[in-house]
Amino acid sequence: MAARFLWASRVASHLRISVAQRGFASVVLKDLKYAESHEWVKIDGNKATFGITDHAQDHLGDVVYVELPDLGRSVSQGESFGAVESVKATSDINSPVSGKVVEVNEVLGETPGLVNTSPYEEGWIIKVELSDAGEVEKLMDSDKYSKFCEEEDAKH
Amino acid sequence: MSVNRVKNLGLPLMNLVKLRGTPILQQLLLEERLLRSSSDNWCIVNDGTNLLTLSWVCLGTVIVDENTLFVSLICNRNDVPDVQPYPRSVMAWSGSLYSEVFNGIADFQLRENDYVFGDRKFGGNAQSITRNRWIHHTSFLWDYSVSNMAYLKLPSRVPQYRLERDHTDFVCKMKDYIERSVFIEKTIKAVGTQFMLKELSLDEIDDSCREHVETTRLLTLDELKETTTRSESIAQAV
Repeated sequence: MAARFLWASRVASHLRISVAQRGFASVVLKDLKYAESHEWVKIDGNKATFGITDHAQDHLGDVVYVELPDLGRSVSQGESFGAVESVKATSDINSPVSGKVVEVNEVLGETPGLVNTSPYEEGWIIKVELSDAGEVEKLMDSDKYSKFCEEEDAKH
Repeated sequence: MSVNRVKNLGLPLMNLVKLRGTPILQQLLLEERLLRSSSDNWCIVNDGTNLLTLSWVCLGTVIVDENTLFVSLICNRNDVPDVQPYPRSVMAWSGSLYSEVFNGIADFQLRENDYVFGDRKFGGNAQSITRNRWIHHTSFLWDYSVSNMAYLKLPSRVPQYRLERDHTDFVCKMKDYIERSVFIEKTIKAVGTQFMLKELSLDEIDDSCREHVETTRLLTLDELKETTTRSESIAQAV
């Protein structure tokens, strides 16, 4: 767990954001927003970058393939836009906000494991142009998401 | 609480569909439709299929034939609240369900991600997980032709317990352990301990499921070759 926190601190330093220190294994980064389906989003003006969280990648296991959407495709908050394949399973990736896909992380085609090793940085999945900035208000901040993960894990 | 939960009994409702010899592609298309467009829970038992198919299952390839048994469970996550919508959690749940089926019959285990008797695999699993639902699909190797199995190459990614065994030393035939009808009956009974089952025929699966875009399809040969490098995924080809 210490190694994971050091990794998170390094990422946070690079991204110039602070890290929430948690007692659980999953890393949660402040200044990102989170969906209940365990995707994170980083807002930059009218653009947003998405990925899946450390909690999600940890529970999914080794990611062997990422199904990416086409450029220009519309995505809607809460709806599936792609999938990750891990051991024995494909899992939908749901869009945390609505918009139009302007970039996809094609590196994941060759190295899907980046979703596991660097879920908040090199393992980003798509970038969109936001269609409704107000939707971000429906997402969780890092503290709420941390608590959400703790409660989910405690139930099982 | 799920709208499928039956009052006064506390068990969520599950529709049971018993098929016999339905082509595997038709079964998969049905499952995709039910996963994406229905809000009910479903148990689909396909007693054999009528095509010889080359099926990618689990960590490699096994041949499924007309004797293979298929069992799929489609669940709303809220109706199985102890199960997180992640592969390991779903596998642990299904493993405990099949432990009931094989209790006292064979040395059944969930080993890494496979169903085994002892250390020999007899069932391949795959799952698809959406935001609020998931499907757990199993192909049970009832019997197989050793000569057909010889067509298969050793996959690039294998479970640790396989220990470099070739296919014939790694898999086993379910028919050597349990009667077919007993397996189906016990599986339905085990599912019935967690759900209130309601049997439906294929014709009764109504068109009230909302429309969806099918993504299940036959793969081309190039696509099949591509999937060998991602041997954890499931794909079907004829």
